[in-house]
Amino acid sequence: MTLSTSETRGDRTGEPVLSLTGIDKRFGAVQALTDVGIEVHAGEVVALVGDNGAGKSTLVKIIAGVYQADAGTISVGGTQAHIDDPSQAQELGIATVFQDLALCDNLDVVANLFLGQEKHTATVLNEVAMETEAWRLLRSLSAKIPSVRIPIASLSGGQRQTVAIARSLVGDPQVVLLDEPTAALGVAQTAEVLNLVERLRERGLGVILVSHNMADVQAVADRIYVLRLGRNAAEFKVEEATTEQLVAAITGASDNVVASRRRRTEQGGQSVVQAENPEDPEDGGDHV
Amino acid sequence: MSDSRSDSRSDSRTQSASSTGGAEGAAAADLADERLIRREGFGGYARNQWDKIRSGDLGNLPVILGLILLCIGFYLADPRFLSSRNVVAIMQFAAPLGVIALGIVLVLLLGEIDISVGSVSGVAAGVMAVLLVNHGLSLAVAILCGLGVGVAVGLFYSALFLWLGIPSFVFSLAGYLGFQGVLLFVLGEQGTINLPTDSALLDFCRRWFVSGTEAYLLMGATVLVYLGAQWWRIISRRRAGLSSEWPPIVVLKTVALAVVLFFIAYWVSIDRGIPGLMVFFVVLVVLMDLVLRRTRWGRHVFAVGGNVEAARRSGIKVAAVYVSVFVLTATFAALGGLLQAGLQTSVSQASGTLLTNLMAIAAAVIGGCSLFGGRGSAYAALLGVLVLQAIANGLNIINVPSEVRFMVTGAVLLVAVAIDSVSGRIRSSSGRG
Repeated sequence: MTLSTSETRGDRTGEPVLSLTGIDKRFGAVQALTDVGIEVHAGEVVALVGDNGAGKSTLVKIIAGVYQADAGTISVGGTQAHIDDPSQAQELGIATVFQDLALCDNLDVVANLFLGQEKHTATVLNEVAMETEAWRLLRSLSAKIPSVRIPIASLSGGQRQTVAIARSLVGDPQVVLLDEPTAALGVAQTAEVLNLVERLRERGLGVILVSHNMADVQAVADRIYVLRLGRNAAEFKVEEATTEQLVAAITGASDNVVASRRRRTEQGGQSVVQAENPEDPEDGGDHV
Repeated sequence: MSDSRSDSRSDSRTQSASSTGGAEGAAAADLADERLIRREGFGGYARNQWDKIRSGDLGNLPVILGLILLCIGFYLADPRFLSSRNVVAIMQFAAPLGVIALGIVLVLLLGEIDISVGSVSGVAAGVMAVLLVNHGLSLAVAILCGLGVGVAVGLFYSALFLWLGIPSFVFSLAGYLGFQGVLLFVLGEQGTINLPTDSALLDFCRRWFVSGTEAYLLMGATVLVYLGAQWWRIISRRRAGLSSEWPPIVVLKTVALAVVLFFIAYWVSIDRGIPGLMVFFVVLVVLMDLVLRRTRWGRHVFAVGGNVEAARRSGIKVAAVYVSVFVLTATFAALGGLLQAGLQTSVSQASGTLLTNLMAIAAAVIGGCSLFGGRGSAYAALLGVLVLQAIANGLNIINVPSEVRFMVTGAVLLVAVAIDSVSGRIRSSSGRG
């Protein structure tokens, strides 16, 4: 990996590397976020879960500088920061992998990896250095990409996701935001991404993982924030949270559709539950 | 690395002869994937190119073939078409429109359009002529003011686009109408302004030719620079352990380039030589091509044309890219207008009217620029404008009335766009975007 972060970064666990407090965001008549706060420490994986429309992607875009919050404060490394556009977020050391990947189909893999952060000498691109670095980066992620000189349009969905994640590591981020990184991936690639998330943590980076997949979240996260209808609904330490508790917090009721289905199938003695919710907080590590 | 697999797929005889960098027998860093089909030698190169064409990646091939077919056709109709004198004329009269088309290439790369370039070129020429002739300002000041018209128009368009969100087609349509009025206003009662015959602008546009030894030296220097650049590319890629082009292919390409360029130099030197205007235009095209492919700004233009939102989220200053491109397009239009004025020795109410507007766009599209952004090259302006000028000149020589000329030009444009659409469909079905 290209990360040249100092080893000491992971030791400063006291100060959050990124913290948001009291974030509000409105879109017209819709209050997308109300008084939302999250904290990420160095060397910590924080999961952000919630139902569709809970405000996860809005929060991610505020951190990434795509949207600006209507109210609230963002602190990076203890100092208050204003993130007015994506390039400022990059300068502050926040790298983002968006759900829609945000790749340019007409450009090749190398160009996409270094988009906005091209290696150059006096404005002239250094293609050789970028291509070498691209291969190093992709190899370190065990990426299955045959050639970096083909346009993104000719890659499969999983390969595009890999490129997008690799791109977040170009430069020297302190915080990596992953918005639904495993949604489009196969089994092996999902495991690769989860491995990668853990490697980021080992390097002392703060990772924010947005996911629908409870198994993935419980496998790699240290803490879990639950958003519901644009508000902080709950916060769990991963070893304390059961799937039932998470689902209850996400849906806002302990008597929810998932729980009742689970009860029903357990009474029927079916093993459907195993297939639907294979994760158990205790054996979540198997997915890594 | 699974060298055995990749070796088994390539021709073992040529494998040993090749050196793709890195240790002996080890694949270059970018060729290590076992799924890659590796081919070596001239045959392999030819087959790779053929595969590219079959997958819809035509590049400049259709327009070059079209140009050759046009030349053969007109030559058979009237051999005077390829006479030295006529080739010189085609080059000379293609250049001003080509400069305007170069600006269109830029704006098309962003997926936008500017249909007012002809009108802007007329206004720029009018301003230059009025300042030079009526107000007696020096040529340099008059030219700078003419170019300033382009810069101002570009900034105005950028403001309309970025602040008011008006689509580029609409504001450039307004500009197309409005700036024709501005030209009439600038020229006032006179209607036509003749430029002084001893003007340096006329010398540059009409009387400067590069011929004989000068032409050979120019072509020789071009070939050497090309060879040097390719050689440097191979060296630096090898040093980094990446695959590089097989040297004999580079030599072959250089020889081909040299043959073509020296033949052109020889042929046009029979008459007056290479028009200085054409040299100026080609230098602009080559510079623009390098800027587009090799600089951060150029990369950002392609990125914005491919996916604005992705470019924005990567931290690219999208607004700055739009402003720079609109300004460059209008400035190239103004420059083209000034050269056109110098070539025609006068500015009239007809300068830069309908034909110039649409011909410049047609040239860029015929040259292979996509109307939807993100695909195209600076060479599209050169090749496209040569095709258009060859058609106009050829039909003129064989005495075809102008109504047929319009129809033929329209048909060629249609064929060019059809080739682009079909190859685009083949590209997407064979996964090359």
